[in-house]
Amino acid sequence: MNDRLPGPVLAVTDLRAYYRTKAFGVEREVRAVDDVSLSIEANEIYGLAGESSSGKTTLIKTIAAAIQPPLEVLAGSVVFNFGGRSVDMHHVDPRELAAIRWKHLSYIMQGSMNVLNPVRHVKQSFVDFAFRHIAKPMPEFLDIVRGHLQRLHLAPDVLDSYPHQLSGGMRQRVTIALATVCRPEFIIADEPTTALDVVVQKGVLAMIHQIQRELGSSIIFVTHDMAVHANLTDRLGIMYAGRLVEEGRTADVFRSPRHPYTAHLIASLPRLGDSAPKKGLEGAPPNLANPPPGCRFHPRCPRASDICGRDTPPMVELAPGHRAACFHPEPVQPA
Amino acid sequence: MWRTIRDLLRFNRQFAAGVVLLTLVAAYSCLSFFSPYPPNDSFVVPPDVPPSWAYPMGTTSRGQDLFWLLSFAIRNTLLFGIVVAVISRLLALVIGLVAGYSGGLVDRALMSVNDTFIVIPLFPILVLFYFVMREHMSWGLLALMMACLGWAYDARLIRSVAMSLRTREFTETGIFSGMSTRQILVEEHLPYVLPIVFSTTMNNINWSIGLEVTLSVLGFTDINTPTIGVLIYWANQHTALVAGIWWWIFFPVLLVVMTFVGLFLLAVSMNEHIDPRSRLGRTGT
Amino acid sequence: MSGALLDVDNVVRTYAGGSLFARRRTVAVNGVSLRLEKARPEIFTIVGESGSGKTTLARMILNMVAPSAGAIRFNGTDLSTIRGGRARLAFMKQVQPIFQNPFEAFNPMKRVDRYLFVTARRMAGVSTDAGIVDATDGALLSVGLSLAEIRGRFPHELSGGQLQRVAIARALISRPALLVADEPVSMIDASLRASIVNLLRDLRDRLGVSIIYITHDLATAYYISDRILIMRRGEAVESGDARTVLDNPQHPYSQLLKQSVLSPDPQNRPMNF
Repeated sequence: MNDRLPGPVLAVTDLRAYYRTKAFGVEREVRAVDDVSLSIEANEIYGLAGESSSGKTTLIKTIAAAIQPPLEVLAGSVVFNFGGRSVDMHHVDPRELAAIRWKHLSYIMQGSMNVLNPVRHVKQSFVDFAFRHIAKPMPEFLDIVRGHLQRLHLAPDVLDSYPHQLSGGMRQRVTIALATVCRPEFIIADEPTTALDVVVQKGVLAMIHQIQRELGSSIIFVTHDMAVHANLTDRLGIMYAGRLVEEGRTADVFRSPRHPYTAHLIASLPRLGDSAPKKGLEGAPPNLANPPPGCRFHPRCPRASDICGRDTPPMVELAPGHRAACFHPEPVQPA
Repeated sequence: MWRTIRDLLRFNRQFAAGVVLLTLVAAYSCLSFFSPYPPNDSFVVPPDVPPSWAYPMGTTSRGQDLFWLLSFAIRNTLLFGIVVAVISRLLALVIGLVAGYSGGLVDRALMSVNDTFIVIPLFPILVLFYFVMREHMSWGLLALMMACLGWAYDARLIRSVAMSLRTREFTETGIFSGMSTRQILVEEHLPYVLPIVFSTTMNNINWSIGLEVTLSVLGFTDINTPTIGVLIYWANQHTALVAGIWWWIFFPVLLVVMTFVGLFLLAVSMNEHIDPRSRLGRTGT
Repeated sequence: MSGALLDVDNVVRTYAGGSLFARRRTVAVNGVSLRLEKARPEIFTIVGESGSGKTTLARMILNMVAPSAGAIRFNGTDLSTIRGGRARLAFMKQVQPIFQNPFEAFNPMKRVDRYLFVTARRMAGVSTDAGIVDATDGALLSVGLSLAEIRGRFPHELSGGQLQRVAIARALISRPALLVADEPVSMIDASLRASIVNLLRDLRDRLGVSIIYITHDLATAYYISDRILIMRRGEAVESGDARTVLDNPQHPYSQLLKQSVLSPDPQNRPMNF
């Protein structure tokens, strides 16, 4: 279990990442991540919520330093702290990056078939990803892997199967085992349960929960499914149109959302057992190539005023550990 | 569409180069209408004169001014290539779309016919055709024959696109909107199929011109109408290279190479542009 | 029998697969029945996970796929007897689909209003240009949009929620009696979902359209369904009044489904999943 480190494991500061394309004389700039700052402590599950074109996928890419043109990082920094060693992801030597990846920073993807080689046994994927980091001879390495699988309640003979011989849920569990075998300090989970059936999803989330408690890793869990956030994450960040609009402990954000977008989002979620009418939000998220001036939510916001269309609201701490970027935050709901 | 062409001209050098080459060739072929000599007359000028101011491309051993003769030749060759391309594209489109969309028995029947045509050895058949038709041989007939031999390969390509389009949901929306099969094929599916049609048109023209030149050089076509291949045939008959009349071979070959390269450049540059995925990428999805 | 809008009678659908020497039969739907009454428009939900056969069942009801056994009758007419362009058109006027992915349901290279105009001309029998515009505008208004907003737009210019509404408007132009909606909100953002789901309820109440609503999401099913059918591996596992079934599921699979649903409520966080 990782010791409690002083300072955050991940510090994202004023990050600005745009997609810039130039084709046939037409220049386009999609402002996918605009001035985002957040930090994630050790041993916590941080949820990142947002809908389509919220920028959360781009944010994840920049955190993982998976930056390819037309994506460009224009400003800000992404700094990890792995056991005292500080790494600036955008100014690090490629060899050091390769040494960090999987050992200190790993990923759980949405599609398990994006990770597992379909024409090799599962064992080979473990060897490809983790062998060089664990740095033990092959028989010992395989023992470590088998032990790890057993702790996660996976039969070790899954190593000798091909991915297509396993069910979708089983494959996803294997990718989680794969991502955690080197005991990384930080795991990026990008919609890992979105494509799974509801029954299977519950098992996979339980597994993520268990492994996180065991390893003490930090996880940034990206999904648009608010119910998953409610049940799994410790803290929650809400993204809208490329900006972080609210952040706080999950229980606080759900009980008393301060940003109007969060408030409407949570109010519109259907709940089993509740047939009271729900209201949806009018309008649609803005086009990030041409976002509205000032607060990007103001065209759809019932609380909008003149200043909302002019100035960008800054992230303000409205209660301990709970901040929101709004000039007219919602009132605090009674506990 | 004009905006697309203008964009391509401005930003895609391959396209611009292709257009320039083809414009030159096409313009030259139009000069044939101003020729002072009818194409089949011989000994109207001194024979075997090398290129000079009076005769920019020299003259042939049959006393024809190569400059004007070649303009006829390239015009006929181009027309031939275009006619073959148009007829064979139409055949490939209709058969490919219908087979891909209908599936089942219709598809199997059409593809059996298609595969038969693919494996037919072209050259022997065309030679046989010449021997059978000898007296009645004409360019129109040859064009028709080659069109009938040139659709099969591309029909299969079009069919595979049509098959994948059949399963897409917008096809079903079209069906539930009351569109007829013809309407769906033409309005919904054709835009996806057109890139293939365009790029294969260029290739097809190259293929048909190449085959025509081959047949003509060997004398298996109507050698009284000037085309590039026929020119080279006559040049060989008069052993031009051995006799040192290099310009008789050089200029026709130069022109046909210009045509080929121009068409190729167009095909390559337009293809990437018309491809639906890159089109959608440019609209900013 | 009179009075039945839709009568699905013990339908079975099998698919043959495998090679010449090892034929495999997959049973996608295995003996499912349901019945909708003409006199009572309702939202009938079919719930199931992947592989449950719910999409195959929907396609059979839409007459896109023929059942291997059993029969489906719409307004008394057995679907297998519908042959010929005219009869098929008459059926499609009455039964329309709504697909899961609105961006796939429209051709990305064509404008969306085109589908509405064609539907008005072919399905609603409107022949004048003015009439077509009216019919289209009317349908769009009933889903909360207008022709002015949609005219000349390509699919990528609209949001998922707007596009799905356009798809629903198109389906409504011929005034169908039945809509078959296959996961209509699963690909729409959460904040836009409620309005689409509310719209479906509104269509039932205001226009008297019955809707077969297919989903894997129990929460939205609870919210709008009148009756519900839970499917598993091609078989009907439990059915009945929606609230009754979902408040108190009897079958072990239904109970398992309900247990696995996560509620967006941190207070009810399961202690150890």
